[in-house]
Amino acid sequence: MLEITNLVKRYGQNEPVLKGLNLKVEGSSVVSIVGASGAGKSTLLRCINRLVEPTSGSIKLNGHELVNLRGSDLRHSRRRIGMVFQGFNLIDRLTVMENVLSGRLGYVSFFQALTRRFPQSDIDRAFSLMERVGIAHYADKRADQLSGGERQRVAVVRALMQEPEILLADEPTASLDPKTSQQIMSLLQSLASEMSLPVLINIHNVTQARMYTDRIVGMRHGQMIFDGEPKDFNQDALDAIYGGIESPEEDAGEPASPTEEASA
Amino acid sequence: MTSGNTASGAQPGRVWKKPPFIANPWIRYGLVAITLAYLYWAFSTLPFDWQRIAEGLPRAGKIFGGAFPPSFERGGLLWTGFKESFQIAFLATMLGVLLSIPIAVMAARNVAPLPVYLLGRTLIIVSRSFHPVIVAILFVAAVGFGPMAGILTLTLYSIGFVAKLLAEEIEEIDWGQVEAMRSVGAGYMKILVYGVFPQIMPRQIGLSMYQLDSNLRASAVVGIVGAGGIGGTLMNAFGRYDYDFAFAILLMIIAIILVSEGLSGWVRKKVW
Repeated sequence: MLEITNLVKRYGQNEPVLKGLNLKVEGSSVVSIVGASGAGKSTLLRCINRLVEPTSGSIKLNGHELVNLRGSDLRHSRRRIGMVFQGFNLIDRLTVMENVLSGRLGYVSFFQALTRRFPQSDIDRAFSLMERVGIAHYADKRADQLSGGERQRVAVVRALMQEPEILLADEPTASLDPKTSQQIMSLLQSLASEMSLPVLINIHNVTQARMYTDRIVGMRHGQMIFDGEPKDFNQDALDAIYGGIESPEEDAGEPASPTEEASA
Repeated sequence: MTSGNTASGAQPGRVWKKPPFIANPWIRYGLVAITLAYLYWAFSTLPFDWQRIAEGLPRAGKIFGGAFPPSFERGGLLWTGFKESFQIAFLATMLGVLLSIPIAVMAARNVAPLPVYLLGRTLIIVSRSFHPVIVAILFVAAVGFGPMAGILTLTLYSIGFVAKLLAEEIEEIDWGQVEAMRSVGAGYMKILVYGVFPQIMPRQIGLSMYQLDSNLRASAVVGIVGAGGIGGTLMNAFGRYDYDFAFAILLMIIAIILVSEGLSGWVRKKVW
């Protein structure tokens, strides 16, 4: 269970990006976080695995406080938090298998990591997870030779290799075409239920958020302004989250007109 | 397509000129004036002895005349000299490249804390500040004539060059891959091995090949001041007016540089 209480993040002396945010994620639910660019979605996810240092507040994963951890305690906690990124963030020049096994870096010794001598159990787990998402035949291919959807699968498997207690996905489908992004979303959804894993997904596509997740959290200006099931996420909620913000990306059906471009 | 909008009432005959490279006209014309003034001052005050130059020209002609045809008679000497130069260049490149990796990590602002960064930058600046010939003179004085001085000199020279460019490469890596490795719970060294080194690897190999090239050339030069290799042989040939042998050495150097350049280009293309 993830429990975020009164989370504040302020960059420098600017106005806080997160203003006292509270969020509780229980069991194996898939939660999507929607909101315009700059609402603080990404900062929220990065505070959880401490890629970003929270200014104040508390984040507890299964009763374990994550804020204020240092050194090896922090690294040991990060092992339990999987993360999938918008830009995949694979090690391009390494093979798919090395990328997948890099999910175990928190568990193996430096020498094992350097010489790629991962324990047999890790290799077995890697193959079975890769088979589950359909990329096992790419094991020895270089990661940058794969297509976008395949790369995001590698990234998902890498995160699952950590044996995570929660999975964070920071706009996992934003770099993918519509069909592939649906496949990735449904993959995340089914993996969550198979492994009874809570998943937090930042997403711009409200339609997909409705389709593939159990709960939608709406953010605006660093605060949570909607929290409910997809069926309750109506036009009012959408307006509250995106209203008054110029050209929300997902329903901008056609490119901006030349005059708007000039004024931007 | 959208810019081809005819409704905006475009007038024909509007003038367009490329904006000047330096916008401020005072600076623009001031720089030209300063350059001209400097050239005038330099040529009017430097002591060019035209008579001496005129006397030297026929002598230069004689040297080149004596160099034809190049003589490969003393092939044994040529071979020994080049062999030593190769050994110096290879060893120095290997040592220099190996040492430049940790120094480059130290000197990259995005992966090193400030005090370490400053130390790394200082090491690079020190090893870059003197031309290899000057360093060679110092090392010859310190460890005596011979290849040891040459190896030390070129190692330092390699560190200065490779570590600097490698550090810049590290500063430009895709940070997302590092973040991914941080997010799986990897420590500093594992992040370097997985998140950083694969990204700089092609550049690293390219630089090593280039440096081998460069060290081969430099090993001929540092030999002249007594640090071993073909340079010493070349110096002796000049000293004994064996211009034909000297020319043979020069031809060999050119040939070897050509071969090594082709080879390094091929390797760099392969690893990309």
